Amino acid sequence: MAAAALDPRSIVKELGVTALIIGALTLTVVGFHIKDIPGGISLETRLMDVLAAVIVGVVGRGWLILLRHGRPVPVYATAFPIAALLLVGLLSETLFGAGGASLKAYLPFQAAIVQWIVTITTLGFGIAALVRRRQLIADARHPESVSGDETFMDRVSAGVQHSSLPLGIGMFVIAAVFPFLPFVNLQHLDIGVLVLTYIMLGWGLNIVVGLAGLLDLGYVAFYAVGAYSFALLASPDSPLLAELGIQQGLSFWVCLPIAGFMAAMAGVTLGFPVLRLRGDYLAIVTLGFGEMIRVVLQNFYSLTKGPDGISNIPPPTIFGYSTQPKMDDVTMQNTTDFHQWVGWKFDQVDTTIFLFYIILVMALVTNFFTLRVRKLPVGRAWEALREDEIACRSLGINPTNTKLTAFGLGAMFGGFAGSFFATRQTFVSPESFTFIESAVILAIVVLGGFGSQIGVVVAAIVLIGLPELFRELQEYRMLFFGASMVIIMLWRPRGLLAHREPTIRLHSLRRGRRDPATAEAGR
Amino acid sequence: MYHVAYFLDQLINGVTLGAIYGLVAIGYTMVYGIIGMINFAHGEIFMIGTFLSLIGFLLLGLLGIGWVPLAIVIVLVVAMVFAGFYGWTLERIAYRPLRGSPRLAALITAIGMSIFLQNYVQLLQGARNKPLPPMVTGGVELVETTNQAGQPYVISLSYLQILIIVLTVVLMVVFTYLITRTALGRAQRACEQDRGMAALLGVNVDRTISLTFVIGAALASVAGLIFMLRYGATDFFVGFLTGIKAFTAAVLGGIGSLPGAMLGGILIGLIEVFFAGYFNLEYKDVATFTILVLVLIFRPTGLLGKPDIEKV
Repeated sequence: MAAAALDPRSIVKELGVTALIIGALTLTVVGFHIKDIPGGISLETRLMDVLAAVIVGVVGRGWLILLRHGRPVPVYATAFPIAALLLVGLLSETLFGAGGASLKAYLPFQAAIVQWIVTITTLGFGIAALVRRRQLIADARHPESVSGDETFMDRVSAGVQHSSLPLGIGMFVIAAVFPFLPFVNLQHLDIGVLVLTYIMLGWGLNIVVGLAGLLDLGYVAFYAVGAYSFALLASPDSPLLAELGIQQGLSFWVCLPIAGFMAAMAGVTLGFPVLRLRGDYLAIVTLGFGEMIRVVLQNFYSLTKGPDGISNIPPPTIFGYSTQPKMDDVTMQNTTDFHQWVGWKFDQVDTTIFLFYIILVMALVTNFFTLRVRKLPVGRAWEALREDEIACRSLGINPTNTKLTAFGLGAMFGGFAGSFFATRQTFVSPESFTFIESAVILAIVVLGGFGSQIGVVVAAIVLIGLPELFRELQEYRMLFFGASMVIIMLWRPRGLLAHREPTIRLHSLRRGRRDPATAEAGR
Repeated sequence: MYHVAYFLDQLINGVTLGAIYGLVAIGYTMVYGIIGMINFAHGEIFMIGTFLSLIGFLLLGLLGIGWVPLAIVIVLVVAMVFAGFYGWTLERIAYRPLRGSPRLAALITAIGMSIFLQNYVQLLQGARNKPLPPMVTGGVELVETTNQAGQPYVISLSYLQILIIVLTVVLMVVFTYLITRTALGRAQRACEQDRGMAALLGVNVDRTISLTFVIGAALASVAGLIFMLRYGATDFFVGFLTGIKAFTAAVLGGIGSLPGAMLGGILIGLIEVFFAGYFNLEYKDVATFTILVLVLIFRPTGLLGKPDIEKV
């Protein structure tokens, strides 16, 4: 693409609109801070931040216009010096000692994180401009090799799909040895358990959303049913056991299938009336169910202890031996703990590794189940329904029953994950089952690429694992979470690793030798 | 038994709450009508509307404009304008680039925007509940009766409630005029029927959709102002439940139908208030969702909606 002529009038107009919009968006909510003072509220102004936002926005928009018109040189010629100046300002204290701190006052914005984002974005602009320039030069030299519309990520997605088996095995091996890697500590293990829980939830929801194409915004309801089923059957504090007069709660391994069954039943019961609804309506109704279950958990005090939650949920056992030292006298029936039985010293790391492997196996079972069920008639029917419901109906597939199986099976895995959650936390309360959880799980499925099992893993690591590592930025976590949902969707509207291949082919495709016709059909 | 006075009180409460839901529901129903998606972040626009009103009142207080009717008019206009910018930007950033993409993609950006805006406001303004002292006080006494214990009981209509009802009715009249009589309204209805054909006939579809979002956001900010005046406090999370209930109202009234949205809003407001007043306060949200499910199962087109025929 050659450098197009710049039209000064349209550019000024564009920059003016940008300044107006950013000014209007920031003037009120950013420019005025409602401050709590004793006995009421008052306002304080932060108009400098508004000005800074407008300037930053206009400069960024200007760079975008230049890049769009194929003029990368002025962009990196300005972006790199500005980024360098900002960096000097940000690092002034480390560079010049205490005397440099006064330099910080010249930086735009008050919040350090915003300053860092601006700096990194500026650097990003510079690098993008450099890349663009190299691309322009390359295109000018070899006009015939101007790249088509298949982007880098498309090729990555296709590659991932074609080599999913070795990749999956590789990931499994990494996960299996993860607890024994030298740098891994208890915190990393906890994050690993958390990420695996979300991977399992993502895979469970993938049955509903990815395969059957049913948009479920209330998946957390089944997670809650599973968690509460286990809590009520196992905890010595459970009002249910107290009502029945049972002293000793059931073990994790007995409760796991029960929790899954309860969740599946909940899925079928809730799904039956509403699965006739289409797309968005179904989403809102499932959202409503999710909220309803939370409200019931919150208010049904005699069964769930309401907001107080149920505590003292036992950790999973090995051959009936507890993995945690006993903390209370209620469950003194078997006095030997597992670590005493095998003669180890008790270590929190060991129990976490045990939890890690449990959830790893549970997640893999979910994955294996999904991969196999896709080959069954019912799995084929799910995918067919997702693509065209009317065609399916005319071919004799019962849409309601088929959708119900997907909903129920997805719910069952949610229930399994829920009872794992309960046993890991040893405490459940309605607070853990808010709409945000559903949104997070759905985001993992959709961002990963609908129906892509490896995509779920990647998305879970990106969305759950990375923010956990940056704990200091806790208060910004959800802000980044929301923003990354938007940005990833804008960048890859079909998901990060979306690459839809036909599930079944007449002539099997040999890797490496794709003829154009099948490659086209595969897209 | 409950007395008729209690009933009338609840009725007035229900209608004022319903006005809030109805104004927010119009935003949902217009957007759904024109681009066929649930604007999940609309509740957050309402929440921003409450903050805009609060900041507006505080600012006017600092500037020394103490005459309440003038203050309300200024805040109303300011909140509508600034919320309109938020609506415009929301559409421009999160929805327009995805117009040809799978529907799920737009829903995910909508949820992402909703989470983003909640946290944006929380970070900038703090998580604490922000109170506004009562602006409009006093009222007219309607009937003087006795309650069940025989004590005198006055059913009154506060000036605030009169203001809310008048404001809502005036807005509805202006809005109906806008949709049925102006060029913008015609373009909007044309895009709703067939976007491609409207574009062929010279309607600027992008601008019409943008303006739809601006109008929806402006109405939501009025709902925010009413919410501030009526309940006197806001925080970053008020948009979530209000948004869902307003969406329920839009579905109940028939999604895509503008009078339906207002009717649905009033009905949801009444159902919620009466359920809380006569049955159970804790489960009032469950009642609303149950209504949503029942409507969708038995009358998916809502009360005033047109039947949606699926063609192959």
